[in-house]
Amino acid sequence: MKTQEKVLDVKGLRVSFFTDEGEVPAVDDIDFYVREGEVLGIVGESGCGKSVTSLSVMGLIPSPPGKIIGGEIKLNGEELTTASEKRMRQIRGNDVAMIFQEPMTSLNPLFTIGNQLMDAMLIHKMGNKKQAKQRSIEMLKLVGLPRAEELMNDYPHQLSGGMRQRVMIAMAMVCNPRLLIADEPTTALDVTIQAQILKLMKDLNTKMNTAIMMITHDLGVVAETCERIVVMYAGKVVETGPAVEIFKDPQHPYTRGLIQSVPDMRYKKQRLYSIPGNVPKPGSIKQGCRFADRCEFAFDRCRQEDPPLYQTAEGHSTRCFLFDEKEETAHDNRNTVKS
Amino acid sequence: MNMLQYIIRRLLQLIPVLLGMTFIVFLIIRAIPGDPALVILGQQATEDAVAALRESLGLDEPWYVQYFQYLGNLLTGDLGESIRTRTPVNEEIWPYLATTFELSIFAIVIAVIVGVNAGIISAWFQNSWFDYTAMVLALVGVSMPIFWLGLMMQYQFSLQWDWFPTTGRENVRDPVNAITNLYLIDTLIQGRFDQFVVVLKHLVMPGIALATIPMAIIARMTRSSMLEVMKSDYIRTARAKGEKMFWVVYKHSLKNAIIPVLTVIGLQTGLLLGGAILTETIFGLPGVGRYIYEGISSRDYPVIQSGILIVAFIFVMINLIVDILYSVIDPRIRYN
Ligand SMILES: Nc1ncnc2c1ncn2[C@@H]1O[C@H](COP(=O)(O)OP(=O)(O)O)[C@@H](O)[C@H]1O
Ligand code: SF4
Ligand SMILES: [Mg+2]
Repeated sequence: MKTQEKVLDVKGLRVSFFTDEGEVPAVDDIDFYVREGEVLGIVGESGCGKSVTSLSVMGLIPSPPGKIIGGEIKLNGEELTTASEKRMRQIRGNDVAMIFQEPMTSLNPLFTIGNQLMDAMLIHKMGNKKQAKQRSIEMLKLVGLPRAEELMNDYPHQLSGGMRQRVMIAMAMVCNPRLLIADEPTTALDVTIQAQILKLMKDLNTKMNTAIMMITHDLGVVAETCERIVVMYAGKVVETGPAVEIFKDPQHPYTRGLIQSVPDMRYKKQRLYSIPGNVPKPGSIKQGCRFADRCEFAFDRCRQEDPPLYQTAEGHSTRCFLFDEKEETAHDNRNTVKS
Repeated sequence: MNMLQYIIRRLLQLIPVLLGMTFIVFLIIRAIPGDPALVILGQQATEDAVAALRESLGLDEPWYVQYFQYLGNLLTGDLGESIRTRTPVNEEIWPYLATTFELSIFAIVIAVIVGVNAGIISAWFQNSWFDYTAMVLALVGVSMPIFWLGLMMQYQFSLQWDWFPTTGRENVRDPVNAITNLYLIDTLIQGRFDQFVVVLKHLVMPGIALATIPMAIIARMTRSSMLEVMKSDYIRTARAKGEKMFWVVYKHSLKNAIIPVLTVIGLQTGLLLGGAILTETIFGLPGVGRYIYEGISSRDYPVIQSGILIVAFIFVMINLIVDILYSVIDPRIRYN
């Protein structure tokens, strides 16, 4: 059941960290949205501002030094950037839940699994202790954990990484949120477990109609789960569009690089490609396209002007001068990109 | 292995430690120059009288015979008889011990409650005025000499402002009717709330003097431990669930942060017993420090031995309790 209704609508979001070395614009004017029941992939190398983006939605940017300095975040139509801390507490875990990269450290070592699961429900006064316990056991079963009743009395250290991530997912789903933010949920897990967790999340998405914001640096993860993709680079959105289209016809040179670096199981022996160079430190590039230093198509204009997003098809846009219809040089280059 | 077995094993391990302690204390005391018989009879006593007294005290026996006699008595719970007062140590030591306990417990409770909370709030509101003030005070507190602090408090709060009595445990014109010798409890049992207040007033200044150093150390330790824990992923998880900051701090963080602090609390409680002896002297309290001191000046071997042994025993027990607390709090700790 997919509607055009947006669960989350982020516009012009800017987040900076005010450190001793000055302002670090980690997220610099980004727009994206998540539709009800949809899985949106947010992709980019480490340091592109993905976690900062998701923490902004949760209202959990470490502050100081971090601060949302502009833009809006609308959740079910409600503005979050100006919401009180009290209101944010009601929203967290209830309307939006989040799971993190490190299942090994994301659960409190001194409380039982049951205690931590029930907490999620009791905090939001969704029922009494007995109901919370019942619901927690249900959730553990739902995420495919065996012997759920006994698990309630176990401590996190008694569980494997994959099991802990399942517990985290169960905990996030206890209050039946409209949106689940998953920040690199499988990065710390080994390949077979990764696939299981992704399948679980996809199943939950279908079964419970929870929208998912799937954050990852691995386009492979996105390919299997997401309907739409937002590619982030150095605090900006550089390409966004339907997943199928982006895989078929990647436009931004960065997206192309990311796709090339996905390990292809069919050519296992082939050496893995990686985009040369590193993500620039936020704020270090003052002028021009932020990807210019690593871009094989960069031309003069790229070093002088900051490219805007060019819409190339319905719901597909790219932040690259190659897609400026007026750009002469670009036309030739773009053909090279496409071929 | 369960908790009970663990506790029993730890208690058994204490036996050689305590045995070693009795032996060392026994030898050291006899290394102090001077003769108890001479102290009792005075310098003018005849040699025969001294010899007779030594014999009746059993001091003429070789030291190892004396030691095993002492040990044998100890095993039956008999601490021996004071040479000076000819009263069993078991009977006369308790009021002194009770004085020290009351003061020490009072002080450590203050130190833990104030220290832990100051540390928590400093970490919660890091870099706030509270944090800065608390940490400057803690820095001053750590290096505060007890006797100086005690004297200054006496000068200001007793002599100048007359808020608290200078010395003693009770109002000498209206003495507490001792039952347990822990006067706070005794006065409560007897419904003498007026006396309770008086006793409490007597405890405030020595209590604070004694609490200052451990309080400062506990505050600093709690703060740094809390800061570390509050950065961790599971705290972010707790917040992502929508937990109130108060519970994030006092439940999710504190339980983790308190573990390293417990070690410090245990150690400080032990050291505090030493500090108590100094504090008792300044505030004229008849504690175990005075008892041992009197024992030393009259070469009263059983008294000195018992006093030191009990203090050492408590020190060891506190360590054991801290270790047990660890395993109660942290499910990852195996009992071995
Ligand atoms: N606590 C912080 N203090 C200062 N800078 C930070 C902090 N957290 C993140 N940043 C900055 O934000 C940038 C983006 O971080 P992040 O969102 O974690 O990247 P990603 O999740 O895409 O790997 C980092 O490169 C860093 O410069
Ligand atoms: S704008 Fe220029 S530098 Fe940036 S991605 Fe496009 S071609 Fe490369
Ligand atoms: Mg990240």
